[in-house]
Amino acid sequence: MTSASASPILKSSHLLGIEGISAPEVTALLDLAETYAALNRGANKKVALLKGRTLVNLFFEASTRTQSSFELAGKRMGADVLNMSVKTSSVSKGETLIDTAATLNAMRPDILVVRHHDSGAAELLSRKLDCSVVNAGDGQHEHPTQALLDALTIRRRRGSFNGLTVAICGDILHSRVARSNIRLLSLMGARVRLIAPGTLLPAQADRFGVEVFTDMRAGLAGVDIVMMLRLQLERMTGAFVPSTREYFRFYGLDREKLSFAKPGALVMHPGPMNRGVEIASDIADDMEVSLIAEQVEMGVAIRMAVLDALSRGMK
Amino acid sequence: MNGRRIAFRNARLIDPASGLDAKGGLLVENGRIADIGPRLFNDADKNDPEIIDCRGLVLAPGLIDCRVFTGEPGAEHRESLQSASEAAAAGGVTTMVTMPNTDPVIDEPSLVDFLKRRAAATAKVRVAPMAALTRKLAGEVMTEIGLLKEAGAVAFTDGDRTVANARVMRRALSYAATFDTLVVGHAEDPDLTQGAAMTEGEFATRMGLPAGPALAEAIIAERDIRLVELTGARYHFGQISTRASLEVIAAAKARGLPITCGVSAHHLALNELDVGLYYTFRKVKPPLRSEDDRAAMVEGVASGVIDVIVSSHEPQGADTKRQPFGAAAFGTVGLETLLPVALSVHHNGHASLSHVLKALTSTPARVLGLNAGTLTKGAPADLVLLDDGEPFVVNERKLHSRAHNTAFEGRKFQGRARMTFVGGECVYTAG
Repeated sequence: MTSASASPILKSSHLLGIEGISAPEVTALLDLAETYAALNRGANKKVALLKGRTLVNLFFEASTRTQSSFELAGKRMGADVLNMSVKTSSVSKGETLIDTAATLNAMRPDILVVRHHDSGAAELLSRKLDCSVVNAGDGQHEHPTQALLDALTIRRRRGSFNGLTVAICGDILHSRVARSNIRLLSLMGARVRLIAPGTLLPAQADRFGVEVFTDMRAGLAGVDIVMMLRLQLERMTGAFVPSTREYFRFYGLDREKLSFAKPGALVMHPGPMNRGVEIASDIADDMEVSLIAEQVEMGVAIRMAVLDALSRGMK
Repeated sequence: MNGRRIAFRNARLIDPASGLDAKGGLLVENGRIADIGPRLFNDADKNDPEIIDCRGLVLAPGLIDCRVFTGEPGAEHRESLQSASEAAAAGGVTTMVTMPNTDPVIDEPSLVDFLKRRAAATAKVRVAPMAALTRKLAGEVMTEIGLLKEAGAVAFTDGDRTVANARVMRRALSYAATFDTLVVGHAEDPDLTQGAAMTEGEFATRMGLPAGPALAEAIIAERDIRLVELTGARYHFGQISTRASLEVIAAAKARGLPITCGVSAHHLALNELDVGLYYTFRKVKPPLRSEDDRAAMVEGVASGVIDVIVSSHEPQGADTKRQPFGAAAFGTVGLETLLPVALSVHHNGHASLSHVLKALTSTPARVLGLNAGTLTKGAPADLVLLDDGEPFVVNERKLHSRAHNTAFEGRKFQGRARMTFVGGECVYTAG
């Protein structure tokens, strides 16, 4: 395993987004994560790299999946993990984010993992705290560890990103997962397509250097990977999409639409899924095409790699 | 349709789509136009039962009326699809594009299906339904545009209601653009015109009628044009009525935006003064405008900035019209007067006969993507044989519509349908 004296991987002492990270940094992180993926399949999943360190999980938005993944990663790395969720924190009593940061800072954490409903919240905290900050999702901006775990999952199946075409389908407008994935996949040499109704596409999405489609069959034609996004319940009752049945009819991934993708195309979803809204159950459950369970597994490995990489710059 | 042959000889063939305006004949087989040509059937036996001698009258594509309100479902006592289709046939209209302002509102795929089945079972002419753009026409939540389009809705509109909320309109347009479907808007700011029965101005002031400013139309026209520019949606103004909005639309078209517009026959022929002594049959939505605005509508048709002419047929009964002006319902029937009123633009020297017919046939077909409105081989044999010179005096008791609330009672026009054919079947012969 690695140690604090091992070669540095990340130039920054934070992981705030994919923006600003270089391809060699990503490759090094993925390589490192491979070792943790192997470790996680063994009987002893624990290393002592972060022994004595404190990791705080600060979640202003509920997230079973991401929070437990970070918690597990921290514990397997040997850190003490403190979970703080908004419902039990003084933020719900009116404290500002800056005050919360100052309070936390006084507790001398080493790593703060933060999820917040406002874009830029992780960036703001990184400037106010002395510890490393990992963005676990800020508003509609970035979710870097999700993009990294998706990249790791893809690389394990396809070997590399060169020549791959990845379609990201669904609520691009509100998705931090989409924004991080667009950046990362493009950085690593994959071609990215976005597929969504006009109401769920951000303005000037084509400026990301991606191809934009509103017709799902056209967008899926010949792609290697189909990445489905979750459609929030409040967005499918008329404001952005008229109904769930209409959404599934035109943008839900079923066998018929998937048949337009390249034979053997793989399906991903960051979870949690809305079965019958953005994805048909038989595809989600088909181990031949669905990488959804593997994504969750790689999530822990990639977060361990991120904690490892950040620890290398710590005093 | 049927396997019958009908040969039209000695006609003045006008096909606005191709610019054809020449003497000749036309052959119908199996409900479609099988042949057309200058010398077709010149030598045929006039007494052959399969032959119709047009005696030099105009044979043109049947009219497509892009704005028909019916009472079905929900108010069949005023007008059913069947009774509206009788009026349509008598007016040379072979396709009625129906508005979703019914009870229930046409905002569900199953209701589009219902309308198509009812039309097939009861109507003499074709019915192309528009569906609602927002649920219950409430202007809040967009309808299932994709599913409704698959069910057969030809466009999306809230009829004579304006979507007041610009955010809702922006998203509806963006979503409609996703499905490359036409949105038909009504430009009348609902807050500026709340409670209004007339256009603001001297006449309404003298009559003491509640009135809204004419610019309520141009304000929404400007807004929707900007939203079209933002979203890329195809957009049609169902009917405009003021010079200001005509100018706004002309400028938008010059910028290459996918925008079209229509005008009602009554806004071409009547102005606010025609309301006279509180004549409720001339209470329409949008209200009758100034003479300058009326003249602008005629100019707009002549210049082509106005793409289509519609009846805005809106049946009302004695219960809704025999009221004080302010309390009376909006609307006039118009399916049977559409052609005669529209022809007045030609007779008054503003445009050729073919140009006027274009706004009633091939252009509405193009705007709505309908396979109709032309005399080309293979096209459905939806035809009108019309006498463009015949005097026509509007008499409400002779109207075929179940409702008789015509704004044109007693008015004299020139030109009318003599025979109407839908899919090669004769659905109307003038007595």
